[in-house]
Amino acid sequence: MATKDVPPRWDRKMQQRLARGEAAALGELYDRFASLVHGLAHRVLGDEKAADTLTREVFAHLWEHPETYDPKKGPLRTWVAGVTHRLAVQRLRDSEAAALPQGSGGSLAELERRVRRASVAARADYIVHSMPAPLRAALDLAYFQRRDYRQTAVDLGVTEDEARRRLRLGLQLLSTAHDAGTPPGAGGAV
Amino acid sequence: MSGAEGFGAADEHEGPGDEEQRAGPPYEDGGDRGENGHTGKGAGGGSGQDPRQAGGPEPDRPARIPTPRASVEDGGRALPDLADPGDLAPVPLDLPHDVLKSLLGAWALAACSAAETAAVEDHLGSCGSCADEARRLREAVGLLHQPESLDLDPGLRARVLASCLERRPPRIPVPEWAAPYDAETARLDALLQDFGDAEWHAPVRLRWFEADAAQSRRTTVAGVIAHLLSVDGLIALGLGLEDPLAEVAGAAGQQAVGPEGRTEAFWRNSHFPPTRSVRGPWREQSHGLVRTVAFTGGHAGGLAVSYGDFELPLHDAMLDRAFECWVHAEDIAEAVDYPYQPPAPRHLNRMIDLAARMLPTALTRRRQTGLASPARGRHLGLAGEPGRSLRLEIEGAAGGEWLIPLDSPAAVGSADLEVAHVALDGVEFCRLAAGRIPPAEATVGQVGDREAIRDVLFATAGLSRL
Repeated sequence: MATKDVPPRWDRKMQQRLARGEAAALGELYDRFASLVHGLAHRVLGDEKAADTLTREVFAHLWEHPETYDPKKGPLRTWVAGVTHRLAVQRLRDSEAAALPQGSGGSLAELERRVRRASVAARADYIVHSMPAPLRAALDLAYFQRRDYRQTAVDLGVTEDEARRRLRLGLQLLSTAHDAGTPPGAGGAV
Repeated sequence: MSGAEGFGAADEHEGPGDEEQRAGPPYEDGGDRGENGHTGKGAGGGSGQDPRQAGGPEPDRPARIPTPRASVEDGGRALPDLADPGDLAPVPLDLPHDVLKSLLGAWALAACSAAETAAVEDHLGSCGSCADEARRLREAVGLLHQPESLDLDPGLRARVLASCLERRPPRIPVPEWAAPYDAETARLDALLQDFGDAEWHAPVRLRWFEADAAQSRRTTVAGVIAHLLSVDGLIALGLGLEDPLAEVAGAAGQQAVGPEGRTEAFWRNSHFPPTRSVRGPWREQSHGLVRTVAFTGGHAGGLAVSYGDFELPLHDAMLDRAFECWVHAEDIAEAVDYPYQPPAPRHLNRMIDLAARMLPTALTRRRQTGLASPARGRHLGLAGEPGRSLRLEIEGAAGGEWLIPLDSPAAVGSADLEVAHVALDGVEFCRLAAGRIPPAEATVGQVGDREAIRDVLFATAGLSRL
């Protein structure tokens, strides 16, 4: 997709068009973010059908409440990811809780652990996908292609120091997936 | 960008970290990460593709156990102290704290030499802050997943949009006649999403019928998108939008008329053979067309769009472009061996209807050019009167029946004057109209006047063009 250097202007215009009730804008919003939304939903819910349903809910939310996005607080993509994350975790918790036998405190703790795990995994996905391309490329090489950092440096055409730095920085970013109770940018989501 | 917390104290020695974050292109530039051949998805989320999937680790596995690495001799770095050549165990290197710290990421990923690994692990026993970071980074490695290769259900878009619009009716709807174009361009774009260079340059043969003979032209997947961009530009021109040809072909582009002329002008005048970079302009234009017709709405539906030697009203032109988009998406899918479904039945039905409405004129042209015998005078009615007709019965969910007046576009189809009846599947009919199936090979149930049937089938194939 030709989403290179999407300016904040695009985000702002999109919000205005959605607020204006432009159906064509909704289509463009879907075209840009559907796989992000669906991917995150699937990571949390672990089920294709549930992810489809959640995708519908997320876009309905974006379409019905475009005014809750504040372009000053960050990119539209982050907001969309935040809304998705929140709704997906909520749905996971609801459906798991409904499946719990009555009055079982132990399983409730287990439920929270599972919700947290799913939530961290989704956040990690988002972080990997949003991190600067050079960091992601270094992680790709070192982890998925099992190159050591010297080979990674050669592949990327950078110094060994730089390769080490990128790997460490990339993992530092990724490790923040464990930190917050809310997803990146979720603050502006509601 | 989130996660700035992650830099925290751990990063105190490495100021450039933040700079990296700002300087790096955002995730949005998915499609273009040539650096390591990884084509990220535009809006990838967790559903990016990855050609290396098969060889990669399981998505859900926990932190990876370090695998044996190439020996340090292969690393091109100064070898560890050789004072003890007989010892096969890695010799811990005496590295300064800063260097050990900088190795933590590579260490967590098991991407250091054995000697460095030993040095780092030795250090972790005595340095609390490095040990903390090491643990954190190790845990982070466990969060790396192969992106899941989930193809979105192509029908999901329509369902999602419909349910949104039901909950909040749009103030500016997309006209019904533009819906097929909106849907087909979105489907094709989704198909293109995962394409790498090999797919973009895969050969495609475009086929059509002209004067009852099969024609074809070779191009690539990117060339097909350039073709769609050029011809969709006819509508852009009609709506007063920017002509995509102006930039590529300059003055030559302005002289080019009609679908074929414009496409050839684009192909001829672009400096390089079309590449994946054609996708952005094509998609931008298709979004722009939908957006613009939604604004001009009902008023512009009748605006005439010139195809060079003929014209179509805007709403028919949009339908025609939806049809072409689907047909070429099938060409592309076939070239790269992907499955591709026909349009939604209600959209397919409108496309068939357009072809059926174009048939009487196409029949007349056949007679004028001597491809068919002259009309039978005694059946020639006055304009608006019933004329000799063929019943076109289309089977399937997109189906219906059309009475095609045979002798004059001005006549009205008439059941009383029906001389022949053909029945065929909707997709088969469209492939015939697209020049993908020769008329003689179409699977057609037929009863009645054989000459009329032959004429209609050949006229249908003749609706196709480059």
